[in-house]
Amino acid sequence: MSGITEYFGNIKDTVSTIFEGMAITFSHFVRRPSTIQYPDRIATQVQATLPLRYRGILEVDMDICTGCLACERVCPIACIAIGIEMNKETKQRDFTQFDIDICKCMYCGLCMEACPTGSIRHSQEFEGACNNPAGLVRHFVTETIPLYKPKKGGETEPRMVQKVDIGKTYMDEIAGPEEA
Amino acid sequence: MESGIHQLLQGTILEGLPPGLAYPLSLIAVAFAVLSFFVAPLAGLTSWLERRVWARMQSRVGPNRVGPQGVLQWLADGVKNIQKEDIIPAAADRRLFLLAPYIVFGGFFATFVVIPFGSWAIVADLNIGILYLLAITSLAVVGILMAGWSSNNKWSLLGGMRSAAQIVSYEIPAGLSVLTVIFVAGSLSMQGIIKEQGWAPWDWFLFYNPFMLVAFFMFFTAALAEGNRTPFDIPEAESELVAGYVTEYSGMRFLFFFFAEWGNLYVIGAIAATLFMGGWQIPGTLFGVTLSEYPLVKGLLEFLVFFLKAYLWAFVAMWVRGTLPRVRVDQLMDMCWKYMVPIAFVCMFGTVCLLVIWPNGNPTLQMGTFGFSVVVLLYFVWRVIYQLLHSRPALYLRPYI
Repeated sequence: MSGITEYFGNIKDTVSTIFEGMAITFSHFVRRPSTIQYPDRIATQVQATLPLRYRGILEVDMDICTGCLACERVCPIACIAIGIEMNKETKQRDFTQFDIDICKCMYCGLCMEACPTGSIRHSQEFEGACNNPAGLVRHFVTETIPLYKPKKGGETEPRMVQKVDIGKTYMDEIAGPEEA
Repeated sequence: MESGIHQLLQGTILEGLPPGLAYPLSLIAVAFAVLSFFVAPLAGLTSWLERRVWARMQSRVGPNRVGPQGVLQWLADGVKNIQKEDIIPAAADRRLFLLAPYIVFGGFFATFVVIPFGSWAIVADLNIGILYLLAITSLAVVGILMAGWSSNNKWSLLGGMRSAAQIVSYEIPAGLSVLTVIFVAGSLSMQGIIKEQGWAPWDWFLFYNPFMLVAFFMFFTAALAEGNRTPFDIPEAESELVAGYVTEYSGMRFLFFFFAEWGNLYVIGAIAATLFMGGWQIPGTLFGVTLSEYPLVKGLLEFLVFFLKAYLWAFVAMWVRGTLPRVRVDQLMDMCWKYMVPIAFVCMFGTVCLLVIWPNGNPTLQMGTFGFSVVVLLYFVWRVIYQLLHSRPALYLRPYI
């Protein structure tokens, strides 16, 4: 007798569970999928949603770089290559090369902490994929430019004032050690 | 027919062809045209639909890049597979290995001969239509066994043997359910079965009596098992037997098996629509317009109605695929021989008894079964709404986006 009950119980279980299961899958069918279709079908750009101290790809503001070579020295991987040349007549030193190999960079942040003016910074950029390895070396000096000499008593030109301010704010808020 | 074709080619460059040769060549040309322009896009579309439906049921998107909403994904897959290297294992039985995909495909393609797309749109209205269908779909067993054996691979062999056992076993509930319909219809021909039904849902054989309702689900489950569809896809068992009997196949040969499977989905739907849902039947007058006066519109509507009915069941098969786990091979055999065969027999016997009492059917019983089915459908809709409101899976998305 229990065999027959079990038999019909099996049939009832099969039908009811399949029925319920198909209701669940159909309810998922009519919902919006939870896939986020990065990068072209998202609501807000990811760069706009990153936190403040996000360590993206390095960028250098050559206008306030003093050429102290602190970042080159402190980098544990030696991904920064700086070339400085002295012009014999004018006794002025110029940049000939400022390359950062973002492939090697490990985004540790030591260079931006070491920088005295806040010219080398982490940007919010992270999409740096390239078709060839040569494209992964960022060149910040294309023609020789002079080193920055901080003026005593602050800058006067508004463009430079703004740049120095940005560097200072970066150093204060992000590059410096956190207050305990 | 031969002279007709010969006369047709008179003005063209092919007029030198002897009539005995022109006729078979024209048949091959027609078959080629049907294959490339109807069956291939149909199977491709079914594969696209399956991937999108399956994905949406799993809360993801599915292919949506190639063409609008990804409808050309199957073309991209086809082109990709044609470019692949044709690997034939050195120790494989070469002739059988090469022949197997074509036999499986032939077993599927030959079913298109008797599928009634419209009142006139049928290639050959054989008076043993449904028997021919059941027989020709079994040709796939031969192909699968050949594929499993000739691959010279124990996993493929296991997959092939399991598949043969599965298909042969499930022929019986399928055949019994079809027999139930044949008793009521009194004819084996596809058009004959459709003509015995009406266009309205309560005139379909599906709601003829409660036994037919159960017989339909027996048939549908058995057809899923014959088509190697989940939950009976042990032969393919993607996670268990590598790929079962198709393990050693690469490139286009591999795609042939799946071509046949997706196309077979449509054929299952077509047979279900013909036998149980009234096929291409449409009302004689629509919005006060007598449709027999506009044969083109009538033909188009019939084709559309049939297509939609067949695709509904293909969608249900995809839906079942997204819902159920795979059954073990012993559970599969259990289910067939211990549950489905007795139930199918009971359905057949019950229908026969009711036919003895009411040879022309009982409208009250029909409406009663139809009403019961509507109630079940409404309950289903209520369960779906309940799930929509209550089951929210916990998703921990990155708070930044």
